[in-house]
Parts: sequence; structure tokens; C-alpha cells
Amino acid sequence: MLQMSNLWPAVEPLLARVEKPARYIGMERGAQAPEHRSNRVSWLLVYPDTYEIGLPNQGLQILYEILNERDDAVAERSYAPWVDMERELRGAGLGLFSVDTHRAAADFDVLAFNLSAELVYTNVLNCIDLAGVPVRAEQRRPHDPVVVAGGHCAFNPEPMADFVDAFVIGDGEEPVGELTEVVAAWKRSGRTSREGLLRELATVPGVYVPAMYEVDYDGRFIAGVRPRFADVPAVVDKRTVADLADWPYPKNQLVPLIEVVHDRLNVEIFRGCTRGCRFCQAGMITRPVRERPEEQVRTMVREGLRRTGYDEVALTSLSSADFSGIDGVVADLVNEQEGTGCVGLSLPSLRVDAFTVGIASEIQKVRRTGLTFAPEGGTWRIRQVINKLITEEDLYAAVEGAYSQGWRRVKLYFLTGLPTEMDEDTLGIAELARNVVKVGRKHTKQASCTVSLGGFVPKPHTPFQWFGQNGVDELERKVGLVRGALRKSGANIRWHDPAATFAEGIASRGDRRVGRVIERVWRAGGTFQEWSERFALDRWVDAMAAEGLDADWYVTRHRTADEVLPWDHIAAGLHRDFLWQDWQASLQAHGLPDCRWTPCYDCGVCTDYALEHVVASPLAPAGGSQGTGQDLSRGGEAPVQFLGTKERIGAR
Amino acid sequence: MRGDTGFPVRLRFSKRGKVRFISHRDVARAFDRAFRIEALPLAFTAGFVPRPKVSFGLALSVGHESEAEFLDVELDHAVDLDPWPVTLSAALPEGIEVTGTCALAERAPALQESVTAVEYRVGIIGAHSAEIGGLIERASASSVLEVTRTKKGREVVEDVRPLLRAMTVVGATGDVTAVDLEIATQPRSARPGEIVAAVGGHLTAEHVLRSHQWIERGGARLEPLDADARMRVPEARAS
Repeated sequence: MLQMSNLWPAVEPLLARVEKPARYIGMERGAQAPEHRSNRVSWLLVYPDTYEIGLPNQGLQILYEILNERDDAVAERSYAPWVDMERELRGAGLGLFSVDTHRAAADFDVLAFNLSAELVYTNVLNCIDLAGVPVRAEQRRPHDPVVVAGGHCAFNPEPMADFVDAFVIGDGEEPVGELTEVVAAWKRSGRTSREGLLRELATVPGVYVPAMYEVDYDGRFIAGVRPRFADVPAVVDKRTVADLADWPYPKNQLVPLIEVVHDRLNVEIFRGCTRGCRFCQAGMITRPVRERPEEQVRTMVREGLRRTGYDEVALTSLSSADFSGIDGVVADLVNEQEGTGCVGLSLPSLRVDAFTVGIASEIQKVRRTGLTFAPEGGTWRIRQVINKLITEEDLYAAVEGAYSQGWRRVKLYFLTGLPTEMDEDTLGIAELARNVVKVGRKHTKQASCTVSLGGFVPKPHTPFQWFGQNGVDELERKVGLVRGALRKSGANIRWHDPAATFAEGIASRGDRRVGRVIERVWRAGGTFQEWSERFALDRWVDAMAAEGLDADWYVTRHRTADEVLPWDHIAAGLHRDFLWQDWQASLQAHGLPDCRWTPCYDCGVCTDYALEHVVASPLAPAGGSQGTGQDLSRGGEAPVQFLGTKERIGAR
Repeated sequence: MRGDTGFPVRLRFSKRGKVRFISHRDVARAFDRAFRIEALPLAFTAGFVPRPKVSFGLALSVGHESEAEFLDVELDHAVDLDPWPVTLSAALPEGIEVTGTCALAERAPALQESVTAVEYRVGIIGAHSAEIGGLIERASASSVLEVTRTKKGREVVEDVRPLLRAMTVVGATGDVTAVDLEIATQPRSARPGEIVAAVGGHLTAEHVLRSHQWIERGGARLEPLDADARMRVPEARAS
């Protein structure tokens, strides 16, 4: 086992025949030199999408470093081979391999997948199969690797329950070590019973082993999910890193040799979000807010730039302008980098206000090309429904600021298919965009505005988890409404394919029975479903029909208060009562403040897990945030996303 | 474009091994980052988006290796170039090595315009070396050597014989015949694979290594590091 195969000599000749061969060579600056030993648990961390999408993933890079720092573990990386490479590999009788040392995936003890989006599920199956491992967990033998998965989608693990041995729920920094210890003991014992290993894994906090649970049905509905053994927890609680200061990772961010998305130094400045946008799963499942100390942010930026040679750094989080010390950090970084040669700073943010534009102008002294704001909803009423409390005045003040200070392009992100949405709300999107163009034209004839319209998919562990998603026809109609209303407006529109939104809906709130559907779609050749040229809804519809499942029952049906949801045995800490109350409040168009700066309304996370918000500065950021003395009932604050400096290669 | 105070430098580098699968553009980005890592005093272009003043020579195809790649970079002031092969190589991806440097004369012509010929060592498969030798002789004796190129989606036939300077079998290992190939680069060059396929339709250039680039000027044939070097390297300024 220790003498593992180096597949490079067999892989190398294939590279002349595939596009972007450098996807498969590794050698990034910051790559580790993994040393395999028989007493080490070997992890292959697999991102189930292309190299360009997967390489920048911070979660994967963090675990890669943490595991390689351990004496009892070694970790390598792999990314889903593109269709052409898969064909070459299968044709040559080869399988999935690591990019670090080109070892066969089957030679690793653990295959760990990052589930960041539902439409990558079929790629996970394909990677397991390419590794030469049975895709169904029940068919795996003692010598097969243990298949682990984590990431945001693990919060509803059921659609992937047939294929994954163990899910990690929540932050992975701590559980990966604990999993390593369990697997190491199993290796020492001679890798005997797989069942015994799974049972052992199920006792690790934050780890969900689907094979240890039985699902009972009541007709089409789930009656309950119960553990098969007394020592297996009835509910799996997420893991949370209490203080980001203890985890200054990645310390050696990978610098790819080819262009990838987010191709810059990324420094995570906080985790969690308490704005309470009701459609946002990330904000709900990553509570509470944990800010990195300001000084550590500065150090990570300074050292990261020096080590990587990047000319751009992003301060990442779910809403970076909300970092409590953001103005000071930005001012310091801009001053420090001045004169060292054009280092750009970008700050993905959810705010839509003058404060954001102020920071943006501080940062982007030269390249003022595009700014992105995310009002998400077209009218004040619908924005109260989704708890994105930004007023039209906030938005117009922000774009006024942007155009007057030299930006020429404004991009606006919206969702359609939201709960209670009426045509008036949908058309409000076009009206906002038209007005934004008018504001822009006062300043420059070149002013442009692009509307980016996404179909809303309800996500588990959010107040909208009970909402029946809009069907394909309805979303198409709404996209058509906005398109029609934007004609001759000077604003452009881009929209997400409603068919792909529907397929995402199947997987997002699917239960264990949907696993068969995912397997059928994969077997029918449906890999890379996030790529429009590879996606066909027919495959999903056919697979649902073949499994005797009703797609509309899963996607467009409203759930009731008493229904057992497929993920009820997975806990993000949010009380079901809280989510239901928030859902009811949303239907009344009642907003909810940001609890970072206002008294706790007890969503359940901090109290249940004995956690607290960790803030870098005792003062709220200048410019205000929700709950810092502003009148929340009219949303005196501002959610936005403003975008970095340059246009990057598209993710899709 | 070179100001009076700038310090233009030319460097030679190799690209060997796995890193040969990255593109010309990727190599440029790798140098961009390496210059930053080494905190070299780069001169920047004026304008809306200041860029370092770096220019590369002829592009190398993805998958080809090279021992003779060059780039010109302008520094703000003179520095000691001696450590570069060690320091810059360490900041570059494995397989890209800086193998020589020179301070450039002012107003030296750009690499792209001044290189007139390129040499390759090509590993050819598809026939025995004796047969390949015969095909090369025939092609060399012929006045026309046609290749089919795709231009704007349309196939056109072009004669590359005027570009073919020399082609010689130098050895064979197993199924692979090693051939030295020299191609002219002006007005427009040809790819080694095109030449090989034109010599014999059943032949394939399995491995390509660029071994030299030449600047031919006034009857002399010069390495790019020698052609436009400053006569006397100025004393490095402490900075």
C-alpha cells in the first residue's frame, strides 16, 4: 500500500490531446510535498468541478494545509477532469489521480469531496467511479477508500446519502483531525469491518454517517429518521470554529499556473453573517459572526502578497464591508501598498449605500470600471419579505456616488420567484434599473447598467425552506417580464436558465430517494451540470419519472409546519420555531434586525452552542450597519455587493 | 518607449518538464508574480492602468519545451543581475529557470522583430529514422513545401519551404528519431509540427524542444543575450 503508483508517465501522453492540459499538472506555488507513510492516513481532497473553479476554493486549501501539518495525515488534491480528459483516462484504463504527485485516487484512505453546489452532485459520482470505487456506499469493500463530504450542501445530506460514507457538518478545521484518528485506528486494526468503522465515525461530533440511520416513510412523506444504534446521535449538530484567530489558514495560498476564478490573494476576514437575509443559506448556517483580529488580517495580507506575488487581494466574507474594523484596515492596506506597484483590493459586500461606495473609492483609485450591488428584490415590500432592508434612496445614493466618482458600469443582482412575489415586484426590477441608468447618464454617456437575474431556489435551514419554488414556466414568464420592461432602457439583462434552477430545486430539498435520480442522471452522461452546454433538464425529468417520483412534489410544493423535512436530523443550531416564525414574519413583510449590534432574538445558535459573536472592533463600522442606531423599520442600512476591480474570466 | 533613466534587461530562461503544458500567457503571468516576489524595481507604463514594461519574444506552443526563451523587462534603475538565475528561478514555477541575463543597450530593437531564426530538437515518430532521413532530403531538395492552415475558419494551403533553413537527423532512440530543425521566423514563422507533417503526412512531432533563437544582423548570427547587450554593464547601484 505504501508504494503507491505514480501515474504521471501514463497521464503525460494524454495531455497533448486535451484542452488546458495544465489543469492536471499541479506544481502551484504553495503546493505541499506530501510524504506518504504507512502510519499516515492519506486524504485526497476532491473538488467536483473543473480545476479553474475548484483551485481557489478556500475550504479545500485550509484542510489541505491542516492535514499536511499533522504527523498522522497526508493530503493531496484532485479536481474533476473535464469531459475530454475523462474520455482519455477511461480509454487508457486510467482513473482519477491527485495533481500533487499523480497518485491513483484508489490508493488513498479517504476521498473527501467539497459540496458547494447541488449541481455538482453527479460529478461526485463520476469522480468516485473514476477512482475505481463503487459509487454506492453499501457496495464498498474494506480496501476501498472512505468517502467523505462537507461544505454547505452537506446541511441537507440526504440526496447524497447513498454515495457518501460520512458527512462533516459545519466548519471542517477540527473534525478532519478527529476523522483522521478514527481512520488511523481502523488502519492499524487491519481495515477489517467497514461497518465497524462507520459506526465509529458516527460518534465523532458533527459527523453524519447515513448508513447508521433508517428513514421511515408515511406514504410520500417522511415519518422520521432514526439512528440504528443507541450510541449514534439522533440529531447531528454542526461544528463551529469558535475563534478564527486560532486558524490563520491558508498560510500558503496556492498560486495556480493557469487563470482560475478569484485569481488573487484571498484573506477571509470573518465567517458567519447575521444580516438575516431569508433566502441566504450561507448566512443562516454559518452563524455566529466570527471576525478575524485586525492585526492578523494585516499580517495575512502583507505576508500573502509577499509570498504569492499577486497584485490583488480580496478581503473575503459573506459581506466584507460589515467587518467592524473595515475602514481602518482598508485605509492601512491602501497606504501600505501605495508605491509598491498597483496592488488592487476587492471587497465582496452586501451593502448598498454611500459607505460602500466610499470604501470602494478608497480602494479603487485607478481602475474604476464596474461596481456590483445586490438589492435582490424589485420593491421595498419584497425586500422586507426577504429581509434585505435597502431602500430605493439607498440604492440611488449608492449609484449616484459610483457614477459621480468615475465608475461607468453598475451591475445589479436580483432574485425572482421569491415568496409572495407579484408582477409588480418583478417589474420593479426593471424600474430600478431604468432609474439607475438615468442617474448614470447624468454623469456620463457611457453609463451602463446590467441586471443579473437569478431564479430563487429555497434552501434547507432557512425561513424559506417551506416555500414552493416557482416552476420553469413561471420563472420564464418573469424573466420575460423583466426583459420586456427593459427594452430600450439602456440596461442589459442576464439571467440564469430556469431549467437549471428547477434541477437545483430537486437536489436542494430532496430526500434520500433523490439519490437514485442523481445516479440515473450521472449514468445518462449528465456530468458538469453547472455548465450550460452540458445541462439538459430532460435527463432530470426522465430520471425522476423512472424512479416514480414527482418533480413538482419536491420542487414547487409548499411544505406545512408539521411536515418532517429531510434534513430535520441535521442541526445548524437554528431553532425550527425561530425559522417558522421568521417565515411567517416574512409573509407579513416584517423585517428583522442584524443581531450583531442589537439584542439577541434567540435564533438558537449562540445559546445552544455556547458561542458568541467575535468582533474585531468594539465599534460598529463607520457608515452604520443594521441595528447601529438607524431606523430599521425603514431599513436605514444597506445591503450590497460591490465588486472588485477587474473583470475576471467568467466562472461559467 | 524606453526612457533615458530606465534600465532595460534581457533574460534567457528555459521551460522544461510538466510546466511545458502552460501557455505563453501563463508564463508571462508567472514572471509578473516572480518580479513582485523578488520586489524588483520595475518601471511602469504611464496611463490609466500602469503595467510593468515587459515584452516577450516568439510564443512557444503549449506542450513544447525550451532552452532558449527570452524576455525584456525594464527596471527603474540599475541593479546587480548576477543573482537573478538563482533568485528569480526560485520565485518561478518549477521547470522555468533563468539561465542568463544582460543589461540591454538603450533603444535595442524588440525581441519579436529582431529574432530571425529558431532552432528546435524534434522527436519524430511514425517511421524509421532512415525513412525520415530520406523524406527530409526530398523535402530539402524540393522548391515547395505545402502546409494546410486554418485561417478564419477556412483551410488555406501555404508554402513553408522558404522558412525551412535546415533539417537533419541526429539520432534515434526506440521509435523516436531526433531531428534538428531550423526555421526562419520572418515575416511569419511555422510550427515544427507543421514542417514535420509537411515532410511526411504519417510523421508526428512527438516532442519538441526549442534549443536556440538567433538574431542575424549584418552577416553575423548572434544569441539574443549578445546581440544588444550594453557594452559595459554599469555598476550596480545600492538600493
